[in-house]
Amino acid sequence: MGQKLLMKGNEVIAEAAVRAGCRHYFGYPITPQTEIAHYMAKRMPEVGGVFLQAESEVSAINMVYGAASTGKRVMTSSSSPGISLKQEGISYASGAELPAVIVNIMRGGPGLGGIQPSQSDYFQATKGGGHGDYHMVVLAPASVQELYELTVEAFNIADRYRILTMILGDGVLGQMMEVVNFRDEEKIESSDKSWAACGHENKREHNTITSIHIDPAVLEQWNLRYQKKYQAIIENEQRYELYNCEDADIILVAYGSVARICKGVIKEAQAQGIKLGLLRPITLWPFPVEGFEKVVNIPKAFLTVEMSAGQMVEDVKLASNGRKPVYFTGRMGGMIPTVDNVLSKVKEILGR
Amino acid sequence: MPSRNEDKLTFTKRVNIFCGHYGSGKSEISVNAAVLIGQTHQDVLMADMDIVNPFFRSIDARNALEALGIKVAAPLFANTNVDVPALVPEVSTALRSKERHVILDVGGDEDGARVLGRYHLDIPQDDYDMFFVFNRARPLTRELNETLNYIREIEAASRQKVTRLINNTHYLSETTVNDVLYGLELAKEISRETGIPLAATCVMEGLEGELASRLDHPVFVLKKNILLPF
Repeated sequence: MGQKLLMKGNEVIAEAAVRAGCRHYFGYPITPQTEIAHYMAKRMPEVGGVFLQAESEVSAINMVYGAASTGKRVMTSSSSPGISLKQEGISYASGAELPAVIVNIMRGGPGLGGIQPSQSDYFQATKGGGHGDYHMVVLAPASVQELYELTVEAFNIADRYRILTMILGDGVLGQMMEVVNFRDEEKIESSDKSWAACGHENKREHNTITSIHIDPAVLEQWNLRYQKKYQAIIENEQRYELYNCEDADIILVAYGSVARICKGVIKEAQAQGIKLGLLRPITLWPFPVEGFEKVVNIPKAFLTVEMSAGQMVEDVKLASNGRKPVYFTGRMGGMIPTVDNVLSKVKEILGR
Repeated sequence: MPSRNEDKLTFTKRVNIFCGHYGSGKSEISVNAAVLIGQTHQDVLMADMDIVNPFFRSIDARNALEALGIKVAAPLFANTNVDVPALVPEVSTALRSKERHVILDVGGDEDGARVLGRYHLDIPQDDYDMFFVFNRARPLTRELNETLNYIREIEAASRQKVTRLINNTHYLSETTVNDVLYGLELAKEISRETGIPLAATCVMEGLEGELASRLDHPVFVLKKNILLPF
């Protein structure tokens, strides 16, 4: 049966988290994601959960560290400048192998930047914005329905691997309204939480949650353990969508709301006799190299489209590994690429 | 009070205010109302009063409205890169004028409605309508009691009374006649409980034919002005 509602992207992230069993939310308001906190403030008391507006993003991420240490499902959300403030906590939680979900609804940067949509935190999210050899799983939804699906999944992935999982959206996704179909019940994966610091009742040794290891040889062993986990995630969790790629002259590569614009580009190009396809990464880390292997022989070139100066384009180059030329077009500062912007770049590449 | 059996939604007051839960369609309805009022009045101002929502707002329709001779006012920094909800003095002047027709698109929830309180002394108490817009497909206005709460909170924050209801129940392009009628049931319950009359049911262009014969009150046919970038 389920429930069909018309909701804003940000509201859906919050509702999905509640449905996935998240009962602890710590955050600090920032446009364009404040509706997540607003919704949590109203919703958490209804389900016996905790909503807490911290005094800063730094506090919020450390509260996430604390709650996650007890094995509970926990989330925080922010937008670009706020996510920068969280980086230290993200690195510490990654070292301590804590599962939690972090939402970044990106806005224009650098610095205080602006409140309009952007995708310029790709490097920060996928390459490690904090210090040390760590990774987060980074999921990039492209619709309100997918915000629901992937937020639920983010909690499952986080528990499955004891890893931080980030929902990386942009202001358009957070603010737009679409129909969402909720299931009656979520499949909440059960996972081993025997590591959690939740009271040993004198029945077991106490658990320690920490990222400090005094002996370098021991720290190296921990790092090898993290890397083994990341390798398993690379092997198991790559996700992507292939759209119209079968006989495309150029395959566009775009994620999030820009992928939606690219579908409009494909339609318009079709009307003008130009064959385009789309490879839409759904996981940004692990980057869906498998998707490129499936289509790399088809097009004359790849064209990466981003609301940034060109960040994901580096991963596209690595994935295509010199086999096809890789081009880039994008807008910055809160400006959104139009169908015409992208189409004129396509024509430039094809020499039309 | 307009009759419930008339075909077209009419605006009988000089000041028309649209409020409700955010995401209920206030901005789209405000823009359409401004167009309608502009057809019969020379001096019309539509003010985007939203201090809550950063984008997808009625000011997006500025060019379309100005082309029709309708003036548009918005917070100074609306649709820019900063979140500074500074309202313009023009709104106060327009509300106090005796001739100018004013449409106020108010931000969502009681937070957005609070801004109206500042204009309490400017709003002509005998010459305004405040429309409560709701969409039963939205999560927090699905049942009677929660929706009544919204009305009370908005009235308290805005220091104005809701005078008319608008049923704007829809699921964007997936809307069926039954969805609209489902919303209408709630509209009737609210009306019975509060005595606030139902002014209209909104539909997007195309659905009105099927609906008009099944309603005993005006259908307000909307044209979409606030668009997504794809």
